[in-house]
Amino acid sequence: MEDFLQNLLNGIAAGSIYALIALGYTMVYGVLKLINFAHGDIFMIGSFVGFYAGRYMARHATGEAASLGSAALVLLLAMLVCGIVGYLNERIAYRPLRNAPRIASLITAIGVSFLLEYGGQMVFGPDPKFFPTLVEKKIIHLGTITTTNYQFIVLAVAIVFMGLLQYIIYGTKFGRALRAVSFNFETASLMGIPTDRIISMTFVLGSMLAAVAGILYGLSYPKIDPLMGIMPGLKAFVAAVLGGIGNVPGAVVGGLLIGIIESFVGGSQFSSYRDGIAFVILIVILLFRPSGLFGRYEPEKV
Amino acid sequence: MMPRAWWLRDLVYLVIFVAILIGATYLIAYSETYFPAMRYYHRILVMMGINITLAVSLNIINGHAGQFSLGHAGFMAVGAYFAAFLTLYYFGPYVDRLGEGSGQQWLLQNVLLFIAVILGGIVAAIAGYVVGLPSLRLRGDYLAIVTLGFGEIIRVIILNIDKIGAARGLSGIPPWSNFFWVFFFAGLTILISIRLVNSSVGRAFLAIREDEIAAEAMGVDTTKYKVKAFIIGSCLAGVAGGLFAHFSPAYLNPTMFTFIRSFEVVAMVVLGGLGSITGSILAAIILTFLPEALRGVKDFMPGGRDPRMVIYSLMLIILMLTRPQGLFGRRELWDVLSRRKDTIPKEPRDAGDATDKLDRDAGPPVT
Amino acid sequence: MRKLLIVAVALLAVGCPPPSETTSGASGGNEILVGEYGSLTGPEATFGQSTHNGIMMAMDEVNAAGGVKGRKIKVLTEDDQSKAEEAANTVSKLISQNNVVALLGEVASSNSLAAAPIAQSNKVPMISPSSTNPAVTEKGEYIFRMCFIDSYQGASMADYISKQLKMNRAAILVDVKSDYSTGLAQFFESAFVANGGRIVAKQSYAKGDNDFRSQLTAIRSANPQVIFIPGYYNDIGQIAIQARDLGITQPLAGGDGWESPKLVEIGGKAMEGSFYSNHYFAGDPDPRVRQFVEMYRERFGQTPDSLAALGYDAAKVLVNAMSKAAQLDGPSIRDQIAATKGFPGVTGVITLGPDRNPIGKKLAILEVRNGDVVLKDTFEPAGSSAAAAAATTAPTTAPTATTAPAKSGT
Repeated sequence: MEDFLQNLLNGIAAGSIYALIALGYTMVYGVLKLINFAHGDIFMIGSFVGFYAGRYMARHATGEAASLGSAALVLLLAMLVCGIVGYLNERIAYRPLRNAPRIASLITAIGVSFLLEYGGQMVFGPDPKFFPTLVEKKIIHLGTITTTNYQFIVLAVAIVFMGLLQYIIYGTKFGRALRAVSFNFETASLMGIPTDRIISMTFVLGSMLAAVAGILYGLSYPKIDPLMGIMPGLKAFVAAVLGGIGNVPGAVVGGLLIGIIESFVGGSQFSSYRDGIAFVILIVILLFRPSGLFGRYEPEKV
Repeated sequence: MMPRAWWLRDLVYLVIFVAILIGATYLIAYSETYFPAMRYYHRILVMMGINITLAVSLNIINGHAGQFSLGHAGFMAVGAYFAAFLTLYYFGPYVDRLGEGSGQQWLLQNVLLFIAVILGGIVAAIAGYVVGLPSLRLRGDYLAIVTLGFGEIIRVIILNIDKIGAARGLSGIPPWSNFFWVFFFAGLTILISIRLVNSSVGRAFLAIREDEIAAEAMGVDTTKYKVKAFIIGSCLAGVAGGLFAHFSPAYLNPTMFTFIRSFEVVAMVVLGGLGSITGSILAAIILTFLPEALRGVKDFMPGGRDPRMVIYSLMLIILMLTRPQGLFGRRELWDVLSRRKDTIPKEPRDAGDATDKLDRDAGPPVT
Repeated sequence: MRKLLIVAVALLAVGCPPPSETTSGASGGNEILVGEYGSLTGPEATFGQSTHNGIMMAMDEVNAAGGVKGRKIKVLTEDDQSKAEEAANTVSKLISQNNVVALLGEVASSNSLAAAPIAQSNKVPMISPSSTNPAVTEKGEYIFRMCFIDSYQGASMADYISKQLKMNRAAILVDVKSDYSTGLAQFFESAFVANGGRIVAKQSYAKGDNDFRSQLTAIRSANPQVIFIPGYYNDIGQIAIQARDLGITQPLAGGDGWESPKLVEIGGKAMEGSFYSNHYFAGDPDPRVRQFVEMYRERFGQTPDSLAALGYDAAKVLVNAMSKAAQLDGPSIRDQIAATKGFPGVTGVITLGPDRNPIGKKLAILEVRNGDVVLKDTFEPAGSSAAAAAATTAPTTAPTATTAPAKSGT
């Protein structure tokens, strides 16, 4: 029982990071029907911005009170940089292919992903870096289970940003335009919605969420390197598909589900199969629900 | 359409092809003794041959049948590991008992290599069937991610089987594969692919690619043909894997078959032009060659950082941006050269455009 | 459409590798060419970079002292991106296009295993600084190594823990994706069980994972006295932090993969009390070690890890053999490397045995204490129980895969 609760808690903390990355995948897919394979690497960029900014802050900021402020500043900076990278990514690699076969953008997405990985190794160096401690760590005992304040920070920040995203999509004019573009690209543009700008904004938004995930990841797992985005990116993508790609709550549920199940498998005697388990779940679920958990199954139109 | 004795013509071509291959193999072996650098080029050539087989076989699934698969590395791994398992534990010790360097041994090892590679291909085909069947309900990107998942699951399973080396990798496989076998099977793959396109099966593939519902309505058993495409494609990928396993250094490791490898093959197919056989071949040659050719770049770089792969990825992006429909589109080399407009299939750009715009609206919206 | 063909042809033409300008290398030119292949990028880059630093330092020292036979040594470095098939390509290129006389590399056994058959068939000696898989040197008489093999180190650690520390309940956390880790864990387990100990939990993770909490939770419930984690330092720091977060207070133990300044940098306070086996101790008063550590710190601004030290030793052993060899060709250099005896290296006195592995290297047991790595103990191999345990138990628990290839070897 004790192990069960412990694994559940760990799974939720890990899953909320997956969920944040998955949101970026799902939003981009929603408007462009494009699997943005470079998304995991934008998440990596976010972590590295956090690393450099955090190190700078640690050197220059003083006092206890400054720590929370500087953490927020680091977060904003990472979001800004990732937003720019996401914008450039869309502008250079995807927009020229808007009218080309969709698979061409998939290959440029893979190309951008390779570029960020190899470029990251050249610029940041290929060796792992130690992410600075932005917030003092405290160990918390809850009955028999042990946790840290980090896990709660991760959870809280993730929930705040998911709420924010939900508000943007349903509560703002931009969100309405975004939904319109994802519902029908052609019609939306005929209705006077600037589709190109909406798509750019979607990339920026998704990349900002990836930056948040990158910072939270760096905080909880302080070893970062230029290839760190590959596996979390892939798992987050699986999470997005699991929840029904293009579906925002689905991405969150998918992320949490993968996090929790991985956590339980990791603690069992089958821990050596952990890398594959996300895919097994995915396949099993897709067999019964071909459009994911929350995805609407659309019968083919003739 | 086809002349009645097409198989006879193919046979003649095959004999000529084999004769040329044997000549080339001996020429390479001969020149290696005089130009040691040839050994390196030999290796690159063999890798090209393996990549051609992979790209052309994936082109059958992705290009012809239009089923987007991202699990090719997994099928390759199945073929490679099964063939290597056979030769390492059963065939190898048997051949070793024969006299060293004897003609009998030479003959036997080539025959056994052939058998092992074919059996590897068959096991990979079974894997393709197992993957293909349940994936049929899925379309487009869902299929892509499921095949990617299967590829990764295969890798994780191999990682957990101690008998085939697990994380240590499988070493000591007899290095029987050579230039001849690699290009023999590459040629065979191309031949199968060309014959397939022009056969009723191939026509069914194309129909499914163009419009699945219309094909179904016209009486094409889409399920059967989709599975068929998977079986043929993965079988040939398994063959490529078997040849890869037996080429020096004859070492296998699960890390060789990650999804990145599948991405590389997909990049070859798309860069060549989805559905274009010669395009896949050309793209496989370019993308095998490029990273090797860029090795010299680091000598011009200060600070000792190697920008090779950065340039590689940039070139991949630029090539795709300049030729979004691939190098040859859906056409073949001869269509491009002869410029006979009347026989040229419709420009893929228009076709792709129409279906893709539809496609973009087909998926579920953001909710 | 012609345009595109022209582009394609131009691409091929531009990309054509220049016809080996450097072929003069071994015979005619003034420099002796030595090839190094390593993981300078990719997931194992941090090990490749350290090894590269060690090798370059050794070679620069040699060149400053006049080189070998009056000729300078030039190291040609190729990056294999931590991929086995790339390792095969690079080694093939170094040998046949650049005509190197000898090869240095790799850290990961998988990459060495992909390169070794090519070096062997071309009769170019190769020294692997730190590939621990026994199969590497079994590839042929041209392949050597500088480090302990898995069976030796794993069994020695098991002996140390069960006999010196009198602990009999151990847990193992193994990196399932790493041959180094699985090999070490296997030999540790068999020797530890042979000594009457019990493995109370065995969990695995995969290189690149960052969350180990669930595995550690399972280990915590099994309540071991020590947790053996034969991984590399970049994972260990994270594991230690998460273990302490979960309230695990038992010491962690590991092998030479732990040795790096980054271990304590990443792990911090969580590493306190943990210990590992290594080839040498950076704080050793031995003048050879001190000189090496000081020079390395001066040049690279950090304390050398064991991979740097092994790279340094591999290069030095190679140079030693080259200066003794009658001719600078593969077979004579090979014979001299094989004859290496009592060579004073940084990682100990190096004598290569008949199976081309170093023999009689002492094991230093290092412990993290107050944020510093200190020498806890030195452990004499004594050839006794450790080796015996490895020899007797290995075939039963580590079947076929390592032994079978030897039979049908190339």
